[in-house]
Amino acid sequence: MTKEAILGAIRRGLKRGPLPADQQAMLGGRLATHPRHLIPSRSRLPRPDQVALFIRNVEKEFGTVERVPNAEAVPAAIADYLAAQNLPSRFPMAPHPELTAIPWSERPLLEIEQRRAEATDQVSLQHGYAGIAETGTLMLPSAPERPTTLNLLAETEMVVLRASRIVGAYEEAWDRLRAESRDERSGGFMPRNIMFVTGPSRSADIEQTLELGAHGPRRLHIILIDDDPAALPMGEATAPPPVAVPGGPAAPGD
Amino acid sequence: MVAITSPAFKENARTALADPGLQKALGTAKGAFLQRRAQAVANLPEFEQLRDIGRDIKNHTLANLDFYLEAYEAKVKAAGGQVHWCSTADDARAAVLEICRKANARTVTKGKSMISEELGINAHLEAHGIRPVETDLGEYILQLRQEHPSHIIAPAFHLNREDWEADFRRLHTDLPPDRVFAERRDILAEARTKLREKFLQADVGITGANFLIAETGSSVIVTNEGNGDLTQTLPRVHIALASIEKVVPTLEDATSLLRLLARSATGQDFSVYTTFSTGARRPADLDGPEEYHVVLIDNGRSNMLGTEFQEMLRCIRCAACMNHCPVYGAIGGHAYGWVYPGPMGSVLTPSLIGIEKTGMLPNASTFCGKCESVCPVKIPLPKMMRHWREREFERHLTPATQRSNLALWGWFARRPALYRAATRAANAALGLLGRGKGSFHSLPLAGGWTAGRDLPVPEGGTFMARYAKEQRRR
Ligand code: SF4
Repeated sequence: MTKEAILGAIRRGLKRGPLPADQQAMLGGRLATHPRHLIPSRSRLPRPDQVALFIRNVEKEFGTVERVPNAEAVPAAIADYLAAQNLPSRFPMAPHPELTAIPWSERPLLEIEQRRAEATDQVSLQHGYAGIAETGTLMLPSAPERPTTLNLLAETEMVVLRASRIVGAYEEAWDRLRAESRDERSGGFMPRNIMFVTGPSRSADIEQTLELGAHGPRRLHIILIDDDPAALPMGEATAPPPVAVPGGPAAPGD
Repeated sequence: MVAITSPAFKENARTALADPGLQKALGTAKGAFLQRRAQAVANLPEFEQLRDIGRDIKNHTLANLDFYLEAYEAKVKAAGGQVHWCSTADDARAAVLEICRKANARTVTKGKSMISEELGINAHLEAHGIRPVETDLGEYILQLRQEHPSHIIAPAFHLNREDWEADFRRLHTDLPPDRVFAERRDILAEARTKLREKFLQADVGITGANFLIAETGSSVIVTNEGNGDLTQTLPRVHIALASIEKVVPTLEDATSLLRLLARSATGQDFSVYTTFSTGARRPADLDGPEEYHVVLIDNGRSNMLGTEFQEMLRCIRCAACMNHCPVYGAIGGHAYGWVYPGPMGSVLTPSLIGIEKTGMLPNASTFCGKCESVCPVKIPLPKMMRHWREREFERHLTPATQRSNLALWGWFARRPALYRAATRAANAALGLLGRGKGSFHSLPLAGGWTAGRDLPVPEGGTFMARYAKEQRRR
């Protein structure tokens, strides 16, 4: 059998037989405890700075972020963004309870469909599972309520993310997933697919010069809900509900 | 499999040096990757420590490769996927074809994958009536041109913008012939539209894998365009091609290597899309492939274990070594004559297809050491090229006239463009090594020279650079 042939060839190369039981147990232990390696210090910051680092990194990678004080402010933020970008107000949305609970009826002109994305969609709205400050990266695990196609097919991808879901390093996001996720099929915690998304799609294949908007979205717009009092910008934490949403998003990559 | 022209390296190099289009493309690209990498590394103070960690993770995995592959397979099965073990390229091609046939596939979309090039998957599918469509922008134009990649992460490294425009006009005949490509973006937009149709038609999507994860049974791809994700999300069947050394134990191990990969490759902190696939679509999912197959390929890797080339199996295919190589920078990737160019190719190619078929390749070096100094997993590439030379020498494959390193130097010296590029880099390296010494009494590989004299440590620019400067001054 080919499998045995390959394993045999590996063992011959390593000049040993199958690993002894104690050795295997040790390696099994390494898999089970999955020890962390060195984590860069750049994301080890007080909460407000961690969120600020996330935003800075998203913008560095040509994404845009708009902070809103609460879920109630999301429909207006989205309606305004779509109008400003001259985009259609009809779009598919992830059927995630956190998104369906948003009071969309306040903006009756938004035509929202709870479904996966199709090739004809120009805009999509995804639910953000976690944000990673280290590189401004969104973590988007697939689930019935978070279809993968919403990350890929539309020219403009919008993502609603709660500030309390921003972590410093990737390792912290893995630990959240391990703690929160159960996959019935495998008995483990990994869903079928997890996309880590850092900015809108791009290519440098033509003369090594960066152009945004390759096969995936050309714009990535994150609506960040400030649900974490400890993560508010310094000085605002004690103030009444943050009123002003800091400056409109910069022109997204064009 | 891609035809091998490595034995004709010298002729290939000569042709490359005389090719104005290629020289223009190399000139345009030169520096872009280097600057971006340097910037990304400067922004991460822990980068050097992470290189040691990356090396150690890979060494640990290779020492226990049999264990981790079996652990990996068990997890893939638990998640509803299948692993197809393949010893040879023939086995792998047959496995891919069989999966495609069972899926009644007519069209197959493909994400960028070097192992697919190594196996010659496209030609095999075509020969059996299945149409493979490359979807990475660079790979797409190469498929139109019926060429092979000249770089492992930027396949169309050797092309200029005019080439893109001309090929699109020539081959996208359904579009108005007088359309304007005012900017690079217009080329990108046309490719996006063309390929959208293909993504939607495809029955099977084939990707490579940057890593396999034993802890979870996941395959990982890293892209900027999103083509790999469309390839593995939209069709009914997803096939991931991966060689056995891609496995790492845990998500934490993969994460540490991912911190090195994008920075070393394109100088990004992280690529746009880093995606972990684990098994097939779950019952309630609204999208994703119904079948998930991993074609797990040896094709010569296990033979490298326990040899002086084992360390090459740490390679994470970032391309930093070729981006920083003066020889690659002067002649491009095609001259290397097979799938893998640059320093990593000069070591890997003879390991995979045999030194008797690759001839000169391990000599395609100035031993400036730049490749090793940037390699994120610290592979001692120059040392390994020397091992190949020794083996080659022992086998008496080397023509007598070349049995000295200075003969190679002579070969370089007679090719001014190559020589200038090479000495600039070597000069910088020697300057560092010999800083404060004034001269070398002996130098590796230059015994014939230092036996009779000391080699002065270079100061200032190369002779040719100084000469040119003097000329201008007059
Ligand atoms: S040998 Fe090192 S530098 Fe070259 S591609 Fe492999 S990992 Fe990157």
